[in-house]
Amino acid sequence: MATLIWVILGLPPLLAVVSIAFRRRYWTIALPILAAATLLGVGIALVSGVLASGPVTTASGWLRVDSLSAWMLVVVGAVAVVALWGGAPSASAASTTTGSFAALLNLFLAAMTLAVVADNVGLMWVAIELTTITTAFLVASGEGRYSLEAAWKYVVLGAVGVAIAFLGVALLSAAGLSIEGVGVSWVGLMTHAGALDPGLTKIAGALAVLGFATKAGLAPMHSWLPDAHSQAPAPVSGLMSGVLLSVAFYAILRIQAVTDAVVGPGLMQTMLLTAGLLSLAVTAGLVITQRDYKRLLAYSSIEHMGLLALGAAAGGSLAIAAVLLHMLGHGLLKSMLFVTSGRILTFTGTHHISEVHGLLRRRPDLGQPFLLGTAGLLGFPPFVTFFTEVGIIVAGFTRGLGWQFAVALVLLLVVFGGITRNVLAMTLGPGDPVPGRPKWWRRVPLWLPLAASAVLGFAAWPLSAPLLAAVAALGGAR
Amino acid sequence: MGTEIYQQLIATTTGVLLLTAILQVWGRSLVRSIALLAVQGAALAGLVATVGIGAGEPEAVAVAVEVLLVKSVLLPGALLRSARMIGETRERPAAINTAVELIGAAGLTLIAYIVGTPLVGPHPDPARQALPVGFSLVLLGFWLLLIRRSAITQLIGFVVVDNGIATVSFLISGGLPLTVELGASLDVLLVVLILGVLVVRMQRSQGHIDITELKELHD
Repeated sequence: MATLIWVILGLPPLLAVVSIAFRRRYWTIALPILAAATLLGVGIALVSGVLASGPVTTASGWLRVDSLSAWMLVVVGAVAVVALWGGAPSASAASTTTGSFAALLNLFLAAMTLAVVADNVGLMWVAIELTTITTAFLVASGEGRYSLEAAWKYVVLGAVGVAIAFLGVALLSAAGLSIEGVGVSWVGLMTHAGALDPGLTKIAGALAVLGFATKAGLAPMHSWLPDAHSQAPAPVSGLMSGVLLSVAFYAILRIQAVTDAVVGPGLMQTMLLTAGLLSLAVTAGLVITQRDYKRLLAYSSIEHMGLLALGAAAGGSLAIAAVLLHMLGHGLLKSMLFVTSGRILTFTGTHHISEVHGLLRRRPDLGQPFLLGTAGLLGFPPFVTFFTEVGIIVAGFTRGLGWQFAVALVLLLVVFGGITRNVLAMTLGPGDPVPGRPKWWRRVPLWLPLAASAVLGFAAWPLSAPLLAAVAALGGAR
Repeated sequence: MGTEIYQQLIATTTGVLLLTAILQVWGRSLVRSIALLAVQGAALAGLVATVGIGAGEPEAVAVAVEVLLVKSVLLPGALLRSARMIGETRERPAAINTAVELIGAAGLTLIAYIVGTPLVGPHPDPARQALPVGFSLVLLGFWLLLIRRSAITQLIGFVVVDNGIATVSFLISGGLPLTVELGASLDVLLVVLILGVLVVRMQRSQGHIDITELKELHD
């Protein structure tokens, strides 16, 4: 099993080297898709492997895959397959930079993989900072006119935020300094939680969550997100919105588990509730008047991160399992929507919602998935997001966060109205069909995530065991 | 190492750290600010070596050498290169005057001592006692990010924040494992290199690097 970890960490850098060596060839764009598919396969194998025989540790304890890490690998792999396959530029759009683009995508995948398999908190920090580094030029290479400005804000805010998280990691290490053999590993911190210095852990947890929340796009540290996610090329937007935010949120979940075990759940609950409600409020305030459809999708990501924060604040196995499943459901739908929006941009040549009409008639191959994907995003059944959102909200009410979740419901309703209005304006309306259908392999990556997220909600039998094991990994360092 | 020398070395290195940060807030020349950054990096490396040897960890010398190389040679070198490539050597006129900037810096240092002291506790170790200097550096770095308009100074401010965080992490925990320290400083180096490239591209496409003019993207 340990070999599998090395495969997913080693393969993408190797493929990156190949991409650079053949950087003028169009086929290099297939290499990140290969890496993503491998990651998905290994992730599924590790989920069942860890479930059967316990966590896998390698590199003398620096890398460790427990149920939660294995689940995150599946999420990263699945979303990456959708974003990279669907978002692969067509052969006519290929240029001399195709290889470097593919190389950076490969390294980005490797960085996210390292972030979720690292047991050492410091190593995880290094990996999360690497995700900013590998995506900087990907954002800057966007088709938008202002991609440079977006990349600048993204890197400065991302780096400063993650630097604050480093302060948290250092203080966490200091909190366990007096105990023999703790280091700063997740498993060490969880097993010795009772002996950690509570004062230091409190400050460390608060700073670390504050820092990683910047990377996760939670309000009020979200200002870079709509810029970066709207200006980046479609596959990069899909990856960043669909899964990078969730990887940062994974770090928050781990920090929350340690802090809660040392000083009780009060501190983290307050922080996450505040961030969650603020994120929903920011989205509610801006989706109604939004004029750019990629920014609309970006704000929707802030909303969904807010929902995850509310779920984590509620706590308990129902809420956390729903949060983890929501990461997958939202990731699949959001990356698919960003891929579709990239194609809409190629078709219409505009970012403006008001200049896009009648997609269902003019380009049903784009209009249908865009409308259905939005329905999934808004939490319509049968999409899995319906079940996870209900799960999070029910958990919130049953665990005594009544008025906070009532406010959240009102805000969600406003977001619902704003997004529906804008997306309907784009898809409905008259128009003449534009001839020509894309090849099947361009259509499959749009329908596959839709089908998957429609089925996932009913797949309780194969999913509940790994999800509950992942929840247990946050509670008892299993 | 005698206790007295140890104490003096800690006091000297942390003193230089604080002084360079204050001077960076005061000055307007980008070249001098970058030179101060190099001095700051050297002081940080000295602090790492002192704390490490004081705690009897020979591994710390390797970390100190690496800190010296990255923070005192490579980072300032990269910044200087970017500044030269776009021909910008002086800070743009600021919205507020130098006196206000310095009073702000003094206030932030005071806050750092007030916030940092409870963390120190009644610890007799002089390394712990110097902790507020690290917090001051973090806040002064943020102050630079706030009051300056040139993208190069923004980069300098980011490095000062990072130096402050590194100071805190060394003083409070004796540093993280060597691998992590190495990875962390390489990350920071890469971030600064990337931002340096973006600054040069910005100059080429817009003709200036004033970050207050970066407001095309908004709702």
